[in-house]
Amino acid sequence: MPFESLSAEALGNIYVGLLGLAVLLYAILDGYDLGVGVLFPPRNETFKDDMVASIGPYWDANETWLVLAVGLLLIAFPQAHSAILQTLYLPATFMLIGLILRGVSFDFRAKVPQTKKRKWDTCFKYGSLLTTLSQGYMLGIWVTGLRTDWYAQGFALLAAFGVTAAYAFIGACWLILKTEGELQAKAFYWAKRCLMILAGGIIAVSFINLTLHENVRELWLESPLGLVLMLIPLACFGLLLLCGIVLQKLPKAGGRGEWLPFALALLVFVLCFTAFGISYYPYVVPGKLTIMDALSDPDSLRFLLVGVVVVVPCILLYTVWVYRIFAGKSEKLAYY
Amino acid sequence: MDAFLLSRLQFALNISFHILFPTITIALGWFLFYFKLRSNLSHHPVWMRIYRFWVRVFALTFALGVVSGVTMSFQFGTNWPGFMEKAGNVAGPLLGYEVLTAFFLEATFLGIMLFGIRKVPNWLHTLATFVVAAGTTLSAFWILSLNSWMQTPQGHEVIDGVIYAKDWYAIIFNPSFPYRFAHMLLASGLTASFLIAGLSAYRIYKGDNKIAPKLALKTATYTAAVLIPLQILAGDMHGLNTLEHQPQKIAAMEGVWHTEQGAPLLLFAIPDAESKTNHFEIAIPNMASFILTHDVNGEIKGLNEFEGKHPPVAPVFYSFRIMLGMGMLMLFAAWCGTYWLLRKDALPDWLIKVFIGMSFSGWIATLAGWYVTEVGRQPYLVSGVLTTQDAVTGLPPANIALSFSLYAALYGVLLIAYIRTLMLMCRKSVGIEEISAEERAQAKLPLSPLQAN
Repeated sequence: MPFESLSAEALGNIYVGLLGLAVLLYAILDGYDLGVGVLFPPRNETFKDDMVASIGPYWDANETWLVLAVGLLLIAFPQAHSAILQTLYLPATFMLIGLILRGVSFDFRAKVPQTKKRKWDTCFKYGSLLTTLSQGYMLGIWVTGLRTDWYAQGFALLAAFGVTAAYAFIGACWLILKTEGELQAKAFYWAKRCLMILAGGIIAVSFINLTLHENVRELWLESPLGLVLMLIPLACFGLLLLCGIVLQKLPKAGGRGEWLPFALALLVFVLCFTAFGISYYPYVVPGKLTIMDALSDPDSLRFLLVGVVVVVPCILLYTVWVYRIFAGKSEKLAYY
Repeated sequence: MDAFLLSRLQFALNISFHILFPTITIALGWFLFYFKLRSNLSHHPVWMRIYRFWVRVFALTFALGVVSGVTMSFQFGTNWPGFMEKAGNVAGPLLGYEVLTAFFLEATFLGIMLFGIRKVPNWLHTLATFVVAAGTTLSAFWILSLNSWMQTPQGHEVIDGVIYAKDWYAIIFNPSFPYRFAHMLLASGLTASFLIAGLSAYRIYKGDNKIAPKLALKTATYTAAVLIPLQILAGDMHGLNTLEHQPQKIAAMEGVWHTEQGAPLLLFAIPDAESKTNHFEIAIPNMASFILTHDVNGEIKGLNEFEGKHPPVAPVFYSFRIMLGMGMLMLFAAWCGTYWLLRKDALPDWLIKVFIGMSFSGWIATLAGWYVTEVGRQPYLVSGVLTTQDAVTGLPPANIALSFSLYAALYGVLLIAYIRTLMLMCRKSVGIEEISAEERAQAKLPLSPLQAN
């Protein structure tokens, strides 16, 4: 068996790291295309076509990161998978319904008569919204350690709006990067609005987070590491502030630096994710199940690791390569 | 209804809906690669027109396959937690390899295939088409390996009720896998062939006299004519393999209640689980024994030898006959079509209608075949190792009932929308005048000064 020398603990850490990578990449990548869906305007037809064109080549692959994340949870931590998804059965169902609706609308809208296009557009927008709200809600409940009381529900609702704002924010930044003219101007407006809501959301979620778990509060407020850790939220707000300034200045910059808002948004995602990661390590269900509690048979994980080591770098490489092929402003909507 | 029944219904609904789309895309991907190659080699614009029409069908079908597939990956944990807790050490890595080696490949290169034609060189676009086709096939490889392992498990050991993998080669290439894989790939080939032939026939029926639908119809009909005898052969070998490893499934398929020598082939019957007999049998004497044992007096084990461990008979029995009937119909249509296309270069009106009617016949055969093999595995989830009952969730039935109703309604709407959209795409393409690239370039040139005045 390859990787014989790796202990179960090491495997657990590797797989939780991979799971984290998959979730983070999902949040960023499907995040922006879900965000574009949430921002979908009800009327302006050219906006809609251009927005769809901006995410057309990517969304399929973006969504695959969710399959990988759920797959890794299932493979490496089967107990956590069933505990999380059975507790979150209904929100997970709503999320899947949302994902189905938006995924198919995307294709149907391009192939049906004009009169029916509207209906599929509506499905696309509200499917995206249903997905982001459900994902935020699920994140919230997961953070509480799968509690279902009123306090946890309230927190989860807040998280639902926070995640939706975050996705809409990164979606707007994506549109700034990929579009021009009127739509880009609109995207600047959206980005600024979402930035405000997101900043408020991050503050609220961070503080409530401290009330949920004893050990998390100790880690952040009382341990010597806490001061270093405090740099993360500080950096996060620094970046958001910078992003706000950039959003003010960019429209007059004559097309330079349009990648900046998206890059900053991406960093904000990474920082928020890191804060979560540090807070809850070594738990896969906060306060309930640790990595080692839920880990499946190490030999099976070693077998899969061979594939992971070979294939994941390839996936990352060809993903970057495809993004480079389609770099620059997106073309008008056309299928071939 | 209890959580067990509802979970089974929901899983059956989801997987039945899901399989409709991969069944098309696996082979349609290879058809697209073929069209693209023909276009590259001949430089005749018609092949690119065929490609363009079918790549849009592919995109829509693929999207439906992706979203219904995501749903599946959640249901293992939500509805069948026992499956992953007990069989996860084998099932997990196989699913993992499918996601890693196939899903990303398909989804990423699909972007190039659909949107990249003006962005990348032609050879790269051709390569992307190839990679997408190879990705869908690779995906089928892994998932069928897992499914086959659940049918004919080997290469594992059970410690305290939990399955541990011992020999991965034995697990991946378990006894029923080569047969099931071949049977499924051929099924996909036939499904895509009949879809292409059917929709092309529909375009011709609606008055499309361009060369593209006719050429597509020919390609698909000839392919089907070659694949159908291969499929019958593969199915027969798969059946013999099942007889060896899962005799109780064969007994249910053939409606053999009691072990007998020289068992007849039942063309039709109504199996009765209460009295353990069949009513209204129409049979060919000794034929089942002959097909399965190659001896007219060969012994077929009956369901009486598997008391309490055999599947429900009626669904397996009927599904098997539906699949066979569909196969015979395909054989007839494909060979008739080939005959007329070769001899007369056109199909008679009635055969055009038959092809239109059979556009989705592959779906019926595929679903029926899957019901035979999946229901035929009951009451086990992993044959002889884990029962379905032991894997079920403890979720409140009301929640499952709610999600089941939502999925059922949504899938119903999507299925109708899918079929109607394909029909609409055909009708729309009838009216489109096809012009060559030169003609289009000419049309864009400014008018001469004389004409401008």
